[in-house]
Amino acid sequence: MSPGTYVQLTGPNGSGKTSLLRILCGLLAPAEGQITWQGANIRSLGEEYVAQLTYLGHRHGIKEEFSPVENLRISNAVNGVSVSKERAEEVLGQMGLAGRESLPARLLSEGQRRRAGLARLLVCNTRLWLLDEVLTSLDKGAVSLVRSLIENHLDGGGIAIVATHQELELSAGRTKRLELTT
Amino acid sequence: MLRWIVWRDLMLAWRRRADMLSTVFFFVIVVSLFPLGIGPETQLLRTIAPGVVWVAALLASMLSLGRLFANDYHDGTLEQLLLTPQPLFLVVLGKTLAHWIVAEVPLVLIAPLVGVQFNLSTETLWILFASLLLGTPVLSLIGSVGAALTLGLRGGGVLISLLVLPLYIPALIFGAGAVEASVMGTSPAAHLYLLGAFAIVSMLFSPWAAAAALRISLE
Repeated sequence: MSPGTYVQLTGPNGSGKTSLLRILCGLLAPAEGQITWQGANIRSLGEEYVAQLTYLGHRHGIKEEFSPVENLRISNAVNGVSVSKERAEEVLGQMGLAGRESLPARLLSEGQRRRAGLARLLVCNTRLWLLDEVLTSLDKGAVSLVRSLIENHLDGGGIAIVATHQELELSAGRTKRLELTT
Repeated sequence: MLRWIVWRDLMLAWRRRADMLSTVFFFVIVVSLFPLGIGPETQLLRTIAPGVVWVAALLASMLSLGRLFANDYHDGTLEQLLLTPQPLFLVVLGKTLAHWIVAEVPLVLIAPLVGVQFNLSTETLWILFASLLLGTPVLSLIGSVGAALTLGLRGGGVLISLLVLPLYIPALIFGAGAVEASVMGTSPAAHLYLLGAFAIVSMLFSPWAAAAALRISLE
């Protein structure tokens, strides 16, 4: 996979989209074969590889006790990236959460939590994005926001692999489709 | 990055203070039931005090261990923690340290106070405090392995007790032994040294074991 590649994983429920993404990020060991990153097996690269990727699972990865700002800042701090409060508020504003960035996440709706989780994509500077069903419970505006995020990421030489049931067609027609069957 | 993990867990515990307080109250109530049930027999109370306080501390830590990884597992933040560019044992160590501060340190601090009910001398109360201070890190460390192994299982709470309580026995023997020695008027030093050695050994091995268990539980 070369820089600027966008792959959309499709397939019926249970066809292994999530498993493939978990294997790609190293959470799951493949039964056969290996995943290589720049020529080296990701198992031996370890933290070096993990530092290059951002994985968003179908669970939000949002702490209900924390506000979106705290969630964003803490999840980045744990990754070794510091995000200032102003920057976090700005990013969450872009994600359409202006005015709600300081509420505990348990008070937010499903879609708003999803948006708060997606805000990580705006502050991370990783090359490989692995997104699992991130469009669930998002409205049209948010879906097009995600589309433009992915396009910017690809323009910067990034790679995105997205598992989704919804269509997420990019403008330049550079979508590769990988259909999994059961 | 380690300090951020600790800070994160401390903040989370602060936002859910009730969980922390329930552990402390459980400890205080269990320890207080014995003098109430046995009555004012000072000699008997003094004899059973070390065992009672230590066993209560073990049981109290069972209450909080189930939450060590489970909450993060359910909301998906544990996956994110696994995907941070640092060795997993550091993540585990950070979370275990936070667990010790939140769930065990309050017990250590309040133990001399509840120990007064057993007619212990001031010196013995200090030894009780010291033995718990040395011994409770063992509870968090070994407990983290059990918590990681039972992650995502139904009825994990009971299973974790069955797995972890037998491994606590050395800490219980030396911890209670130190206090007992002090009650008998002999030196508790030997027990405390052994307890300290046990704490160091579990600090060396538990984070690795728990990290390996976490990887398996999350596959």
